[in-house]
Formats: sequence, structure tokens, C-alpha cells
Amino acid sequence: MAYDKFTVLTSTAVPLPAENVDTDQIIPARFLKATEREGFGDNLFRDWRYDVEGNPKKDFVLNDPTYSGKILVAGKNFGSGSSREHAVWAIYDYGFRCVVSSFFADIFKNNCLNIGVLPVTVSPEFAEKLFNAISSDPSTEIEVSIPAQTITLLATGESESFDINSYKKDNMQNGFDDIDYLLNMESEIDKFEKTR
Amino acid sequence: MEKTTLFDKIWDAHVVRSVPSGPDVFFIDKHFIHEVTSPVAFLNLEKRGVTVKYPHRTIATPDHNVPTVDQDQTIKDKLSRMQVERLRENCKKYGIELHDLGSAHHGIVHVIGPELGITQPGMTIVCGDSHTSTHGAFGAIAFGIGTSEVEMVLATQCIMQSKPKKMRITVDGELGAGVTSKDIILYIIAKISAAGATGYFVEYAGSAIQSLSMEARMTICNMSIEMGARGGLIAPDETTFNYLKGKQYSPSGEAWDQALAEWSALKTDEGAVFDKEYTFDAADIEPMITYGTNPGMGIKVKGNIPTTEGMEGSNKTSYLKSLEYMGFAPGEPVKGKKVDYVFVGSCTNGRIEDIRSVASFVKGHKKADNITAWIVPGSKEVEKMAHEEGLVKILEEAGFELRQPGCSACLAMNDDKIPSGKYAVSTSNRNFEGRQGPGARTMLASPLTVAAVAVRGEICDPREVFEN
Repeated sequence: MAYDKFTVLTSTAVPLPAENVDTDQIIPARFLKATEREGFGDNLFRDWRYDVEGNPKKDFVLNDPTYSGKILVAGKNFGSGSSREHAVWAIYDYGFRCVVSSFFADIFKNNCLNIGVLPVTVSPEFAEKLFNAISSDPSTEIEVSIPAQTITLLATGESESFDINSYKKDNMQNGFDDIDYLLNMESEIDKFEKTR
Repeated sequence: MEKTTLFDKIWDAHVVRSVPSGPDVFFIDKHFIHEVTSPVAFLNLEKRGVTVKYPHRTIATPDHNVPTVDQDQTIKDKLSRMQVERLRENCKKYGIELHDLGSAHHGIVHVIGPELGITQPGMTIVCGDSHTSTHGAFGAIAFGIGTSEVEMVLATQCIMQSKPKKMRITVDGELGAGVTSKDIILYIIAKISAAGATGYFVEYAGSAIQSLSMEARMTICNMSIEMGARGGLIAPDETTFNYLKGKQYSPSGEAWDQALAEWSALKTDEGAVFDKEYTFDAADIEPMITYGTNPGMGIKVKGNIPTTEGMEGSNKTSYLKSLEYMGFAPGEPVKGKKVDYVFVGSCTNGRIEDIRSVASFVKGHKKADNITAWIVPGSKEVEKMAHEEGLVKILEEAGFELRQPGCSACLAMNDDKIPSGKYAVSTSNRNFEGRQGPGARTMLASPLTVAAVAVRGEICDPREVFEN
């Protein structure tokens, strides 16, 4: 489905510096039983966020009112493991539109781009800068610009550029998805299929 | 002529179009679907007013959430039942082949694909499941996709993919007694880390790999994703061809000869260049086990948990958090740790050879009193063979509980959950926090090690438990 257009996002951010956060943490398997895409945000980071009785765990960042925003700044190797797109649906449904990390797992990154959540890969140094800036001032704003392909700490002007291929860049800015593209080349695919 | 890798040959043959400064439009030969990652894809197809383009290229089976008891009855859990029913409805509506619960070829999608001969060399295969990499054992490009991509494949038989980089991992030499293909892959992941192959597609090569059976090769390719690789493949050879010959969906007669000629050409040219290469010595590999909360945290069963020496910052914090979850301390041995559960099953090690291996070692032994032992065949076919070969009897006499096919406790979507705080030694693929149930502590190992642990009731080296 075509998704929200994404050009420039300016927001505060939520820090989650843990490394190797796998998609089972983002959304545990037992919450994958829906047959529709809505409502996964309630169970985002379920077992880190709530205890077994369903009470919020105070020390988890999503339960800390100090931090909020549409940007999740995550630790190294974020989104590893299962290919469940539900992980990105949960992140989107919770309200995040951009995830920043120094290293993403492949399938997770693809899944983000496929539903219009922007994965921004930064250097480990810049990631560290972001974590420090957010923890010293949770109201610090970060600007993510797809046209300029930059991520900027607005308070200091410190900035870094990020990669995104021009096809995906165009998709994100216009809210197009891959199926729109593929459906437009039906006859070419038909011809190819006959050779397989 | 340009020297190319096996991966290049298959990939390049499936590119319908290359988008300038973008991904390739990549054609998919076979598409597997299951009940959990497909319903939203079908729903979106409907919203778009699009149908399934080539239904004969998609094969379905419910595996992730299904109960492993009373499969002939209605599924009790309402949400699981709805997902399975939705899969049935969608398959019926679009004319997709379904291997339903209880039918002769029901099972874990990555077990039944090869079993039926659907998986063949040179193919491109996807499924909304990261362990689709299993099928790479046949010399196919196989990898997991998200639900948006499941929708793309249903609608157009293509996905948009940028070509990954290429890695070759060579394991030469002879494996020692008691060392299995599971130990090989746990060893490799421990060496290069859980993110060490992210961005790559792996080819496994070398004499130790070539000596493996198809099922053992599947175990290796299955866990490629656990080091971040999109997938892993092994060049097809006589072992592959012998496995495929006579399978239900394998070509036969003249078509077989033709296929064989094509498949035999599927190998990396000598001198072809990989972006990254690793070489390991099979003699250095011993029975492995994981001690932490990602599959890269593995050691020799007889080894000690690494200390924090040389670690700092978030790396150290994450490491200590992981050990805290497991209830372990840096530097201590894992041998002798009490265990509560053993789980034999999953797309990693739920095939007949795995069950034979466990049965042959526990024969005449009893599981320890503190152990609950579950054995879950990967498919109905595996279950049937286990009965026919008398393995079930051996296992039941040893105190194992045989369940019906499904993903089961590997991801604990159904009722097969390890209770909070309990230790499980599992033949599955992931030791993530809560993977086998909220609070469950998972240690990954080979079927052989799991058999030894079941008998001893604690972490032990299988070579010390079973003679010969």
C-alpha cells in the first residue's frame, strides 16, 4: 500500500543503545497472531516494556516520559533475526517514522523501506554523539532530511550524510511502494516467466 | 570469459530488469507461505484489486503457530485458528497448493519443500521467514522476506532486491567423532559474530561441507541468517542429485537428464572473486553450545564463558545484560550447569537424521529426572519414518515426549513454551531473550549434545556420555 510521504522530519528522539536488538525483542512471536496490520504498537518491545502482569517496567525507555519523539536511535545491529515485518509495523504503529543505528540487519532495513519507515545508518561516532546529546538534553531536536540525505543535531549543527539509493529515495519522498513499480512492468515479467 | 560465483550465476539469471541506481527486479521461481506472515499480504492484494499472478509457484503450509498435540481437532487458540483458517481461505480462493494440518506432507515449510523435491538447484526461493536460507543447501538462492515482499511475489512473482555482496566460507578437513553440522555452523557464527555476514550472501565450500548429507547441509544453510547473511548456499553435487532423484516434484525421465546437465554446471568458477573469504579447519571444531542471547555467543561445550576483558561501553553493557538474563557469570564453565528442558525439532534440526541421531544415542538410556524432553518432528513424513523405523519407541522408552509437526518451541507461538527462568538446550536456531517463552533461557546445540544433556540432566560433552 502506498505510504506516507517522507521528506524532512524534525523531532526529538528516543534512545535505545542496547546492541543486537533482535526482532523477537521488538515484537515477541506470541503477538504475531493478527490477520491485519493495525495495533502492533501496543506490544512494541513488549517484554522489556511490561512485566508478566502487564505493569510497565519503570526503567525501560518507552516508559520514561522524559523521552519521546518520532525518531528511535538504536544500538548496533538493530533488527536482527526473524524477517517478521510486524517488527516494523509495531515501530510505525507506536509512532516512530525513522530509526537510526550504526548498523542494521538486512531484512529489517528492507522491511522499513517497504512501509515508509526511514532507516538511517550513521557512523558509530555519530551514533555516540546522538546518544550523548539526547541523554544530556532529551528535548534536543534531530532533523532527518531525505532530499539532502543528512541527519543533523539542530542544537549544534553537527551533521552527517547517509546513503539511500535513488530509487528508494524517490519512493520515500512520493509515498510509492515497490508493487506500484512492479505492476507497471507486467508484460515484461510475463515474458520472463515463460523462460523459467 | 569472466569468472563468476555460483551465486552470481543464479542471481544474474533471475534479473528481469535492473533499475538504474536502484535494486534489481528479481524473479522468484518458488514461493512458500505460512499462516503468520501471509494474511496481511493477501489483504493488501484485495485492497489493491490485484490477484495472485502465478498460483502454481506458491506452496502453503501452516507451521508457526499450530499446536503439536491433537492436530485432528479444531485449534483451541482463537487467534491461531483464525490465521490458519485465513490461510486455507486464501489458498482456496487463489488456487494455491496447501499442505494442511494433518495431511501427508504437512510440516515446517523448510522441511517439506526439500522433502517433496520442490526445492531444486538453481532456483530462487523466498518465504516470509528468515530461515528460508535452508533451501540454499541445494544450490538455490533462498532467503527470507517481509510481508510487503510476500505481497509483491503473490502479485508479480518478483521483488525489488539489491544484489548482496559475496562471501565464501571454506571448511576443510575431517570432522571429529561427535561433531555435527550444527557444531560447524555454531562454530562459524561464534567466529564471525551474529552480524559478521550482514550484507553478504554466503557460499559454503570445502571438503568438510562436501562430505555432509543433504540434511546436514540444510542445518548449515538454515543458520546463515544467524550471522546476518541473507542466505547461504552450497554447490549441488552427487549428494544433492541422489537426494532429489525420485522425489514427488523432481523432474523425471528425459527432464531429469536435462536438469542434471544444468545442475551440474552450477558451481563457482575457479578464480572467481568473493568480497570476503574465511577458511576454517574442521579439526578445530568440537561440540558447541551457546551461553548468551544471540547465536554468535557460542563456545565449545567444554569451554568457559568469555570474560569481559577488552570489552567496553555499550558492548560490555549488552554482554553483561545478556549473561544476567542467562544467569551466568563471565569466565565460568558451562559444563555441569543444570538443565530443565531439551527440545529437539525446528527447521534447523527437525529432520529424520536428527531424530535418528538422538534415538541412536539415547537407546538404552533414560532421560534424567530433572529433564522434560520434547521431540517435535519437522513434518508428517519425518513423523511417519520415525514410527516406521522404531525410533519413537526408543525415544519414548527414554522418556522423550513425541509431539506432532510444527515450529513448536523454537519460537513458542503455540503452547510449547519453556517457563520463565528455566534452562532449555535446544536444537533450534535462536537463543534470543524470550524466544522459547517469556523469560526462557535457551542454549543452542546439536541433536547429539541435546541427547547427552537429556541423559545427564546437565550441560555435558556428548563425547563423554556416549561411547563410540
